[in-house]
Amino acid sequence: MSEKNAVPVEVLSPILKRWRNDPSALVQILREVQESLDWISPPVIDALTRALKLPYSKIEGVAGFYSFFYTRPRGHYRVLFADNIVERMAGSAALIERMCRNLWVEKGKVSEDGLLSVDTTSCIGMGDQGPALLVNNLAVPKLTEARIDQLCELIRGKVPLAAWPAELFAVDDNIHQRGLLLDHALAPGDALRAAQARCAWGGAGSGPNALVEALRQARLRGRGGAGYPTALKWESCRNAPLAAGKERIVVCNADEGEPGTFKDRVLLNTQADLVFEGMTVAAHALGAKRGFLYLRGEYRYLLEPLQAVLDRRRAAGLLGRAILGVAGADFDIEIHLGAGAYVCGEESALIESLEGKRGTPRNRPPFPVTNGYLDQPTVVDNVETFACAALIAQHGGECFAGIGTAESTGTKLLSISGDVARPGIYEFPFGVTVGEVLAACGAVDTQAVQVGGPSGTCLGVAEFGRRIAFEDVPSAGAFMVFDSRRDMFEVARNFTHFFAHESCGFCTPCRVGTPLLKNLMDKLANGHGSPYDFAEIENMNHLLRQMSHCGLGHSACNPVLDTIARFRPAYERRLSNQSFEPAFDLDRALAPARQMTGRDDEGAHLSIHCEEDQ
Amino acid sequence: MSEKFTLDGQEILFRAGQTIIQAAQDAGAWIPHLCYHPEFKPHGSCKLCTVTVNGRHMASCTTQAAAGQVVESNTEALNGERRTLLQMLFVEGNHFCPSCEKSGDCKLQATAYELGMMTPHFDHFYPSRPVDASHPEVLLDFNRCILCSLCVRASRDVDGKCVFALSGRGIGTRLVVNAASGRLVDTDVAMDDKALSVCPVGVILKKRRGFAVPIGERTYDQAPISEVKE
Ligand SMILES: Cc1cc2nc3c(=O)[nH]c(=O)nc-3n(C[C@H](O)[C@H](O)[C@H](O)COP(=O)(O)O)c2cc1C
Ligand code: SF4
Ligand code: SF4
Ligand code: FES
Repeated sequence: MSEKNAVPVEVLSPILKRWRNDPSALVQILREVQESLDWISPPVIDALTRALKLPYSKIEGVAGFYSFFYTRPRGHYRVLFADNIVERMAGSAALIERMCRNLWVEKGKVSEDGLLSVDTTSCIGMGDQGPALLVNNLAVPKLTEARIDQLCELIRGKVPLAAWPAELFAVDDNIHQRGLLLDHALAPGDALRAAQARCAWGGAGSGPNALVEALRQARLRGRGGAGYPTALKWESCRNAPLAAGKERIVVCNADEGEPGTFKDRVLLNTQADLVFEGMTVAAHALGAKRGFLYLRGEYRYLLEPLQAVLDRRRAAGLLGRAILGVAGADFDIEIHLGAGAYVCGEESALIESLEGKRGTPRNRPPFPVTNGYLDQPTVVDNVETFACAALIAQHGGECFAGIGTAESTGTKLLSISGDVARPGIYEFPFGVTVGEVLAACGAVDTQAVQVGGPSGTCLGVAEFGRRIAFEDVPSAGAFMVFDSRRDMFEVARNFTHFFAHESCGFCTPCRVGTPLLKNLMDKLANGHGSPYDFAEIENMNHLLRQMSHCGLGHSACNPVLDTIARFRPAYERRLSNQSFEPAFDLDRALAPARQMTGRDDEGAHLSIHCEEDQ
Repeated sequence: MSEKFTLDGQEILFRAGQTIIQAAQDAGAWIPHLCYHPEFKPHGSCKLCTVTVNGRHMASCTTQAAAGQVVESNTEALNGERRTLLQMLFVEGNHFCPSCEKSGDCKLQATAYELGMMTPHFDHFYPSRPVDASHPEVLLDFNRCILCSLCVRASRDVDGKCVFALSGRGIGTRLVVNAASGRLVDTDVAMDDKALSVCPVGVILKKRRGFAVPIGERTYDQAPISEVKE
């Protein structure tokens, strides 16, 4: 740990050099600084202002945005437990308590000796092997009491992370069903050679492009959630005018922040070549020279393996200068890591983050295809979309279009977690019914499925005949299963906490509306709800949907509305009163006073309720 | 200037490149707004200027005017939604209008009057936001900040500095100043900075000038905000 006022030049210099003193790499620089120094102190920010020629307020603004950056000391070991509902169902709360008790630290605070902190974070993409945590952003899945005790010993013994047993960090793929994507027989370079045979590299704007046509024929739609036709996106980017000195950019969205989703993690771990090949196919179609993989910070452990794949591809002539020996076919990929911000999965926020800024969604139009990264035409696609594009470049659009449904061609990777016998990754043709999926993963006594994560759809038993497809129930990949033991109110409440935590704070309705919604759900949970609160939720939904700036705010009420519509008794059980109930509870408000005075006797409580007084 | 759209049934002419709110202001029509100011690049964050364009909700400060658009603004439904946004802005910070120097000159207060906001409706958040009185000439009372970023834009785009910036996230979003100490006195601010004169509410206040104009004779005491030209 660094002294308060010392600026360790020997730490900063190599980081700044690696990132070319480039202010647009600020997020990456801050990440590496924190990895070395544990936190981002004022003297360090001061040093960065000089090296990057950025004002202090700008750097503080960026550092303050991302939840994995700390501008106050947070300990040498920073433990963050995943707090998605699936982890809670798997018993995370007891494990958090066990660790806190074991290490004498209060959740959310730094230990008195400054050694560690324990806190929670949003889903970390380990839903099939939770409970799980991050320690200094490295994932430790499959937590048990024994594992927690082992971690406590390592922390207490101040063992450096590099010396921790490797098996602690072992993440399983848990692939249970393969199809088109997970079963392909392509070798690295195959799809690129096929692309080269279809048409010459680049040449944007010069009429139809055979690769774009193949995507059109395949009727490929984006896998990141919105289902936008990929051919249209690539074509708009191809046709966007290029100002002098500007170039086209290819971005792979591996932010995978939607709770319950982990299929991009498995794709990147098992099919990285296919994904990078898809990005290179895009570069081929667009004549792009520069690509980025934006990898969520929770997947930090994938950085070195992915760098190794990129190196191998460069050595094999599949990346870098003169790809496949074709003069002018130049394209390379840089990996940027996120730092704990779900909103950075939104494509324009992602671009802001790539530019080293706060991850705030932009005003649109203009769209990224014309004005994206550093104002250049940019294609942003999901990991799975690029994998599909590589397959289509190889096999053509027709065979892809033959799988799935009329409006949703190909297959879909589902990340299945919750109350099932075999959680993990399943690849199904689009059009599969929810019931078929449940049967495949061994779910019994299921009462609900949350398809597509908190911003998706909650389905009850009566709807298990519905299909996973853009025209019926779309899904970016999450499939969380709840059996009849589960309290669906608590599921929705967990999701409202997620949205409040992840709101970027740019626009009024979402910045203030998501915490208000969270407070409303907490009020119900505390037994202070009234029917009046249903109307409040309705109003909040209306406002968020109509007035919010981006998709996060638009969908923040979905889980609450869906569960009220299907599981109303779970809410009604919580109503203490049939008329208005204030959220303010005088007796609860006295809790801090009781704690301070060490009293908990009858006289320290208000025994009668306000309404009885009135 | 021959193309036009309609705003609440009234025809509005616009020039190519104008936003809906710009064209409306030029035509003397008022669309409620807080983060928009004609002298600065639109930000589109407060959402108070939201109108419906051919039935769809859009922020009028960031939406380009186009021929034939049917724009609705002064409807009971939209004004109701705006009242809710105003209530959110009030409960998010600490606004005690009767003791605020800016009372009568404050756009938040004036807009709330104009749109008939009678109560805060929601529970207050009561955030803890210490004031910054470090500078001899300027007081910063962050309790009233609505995060409109006008001071940020003015400092960046007009003054060529970065005296103010937004930090934090979500409900924890907050205004910071350009100094490691976090104090205005240690920044490069100058008294003639544009950034010091754009705050629509009572955050950035020149000291010892609070009551130069008595209450009752202030901007929005004289006329409602919908009639005051910007
Ligand atoms: C709040 C929010 C979060 C998002 N997160 C992701 C994400 O983690 N991964 C992703 O691929 N798309 C995400 N998206 C969708 C992207 O904005 C974008 O539509 C997508 O990356 C486009 O790729 P596609 O066409 O291949 O689906 C998110 C959107 C919103 C509004
Ligand atoms: S809707 Fe939420 S996440 Fe999206 S811009 Fe507004 S505050 Fe940010
Ligand atoms: S200080 Fe004033 S101008 Fe600056 S963001 Fe806050 S409310 Fe807006
Ligand atoms: S005035 Fe348009 S969003 Fe604030």
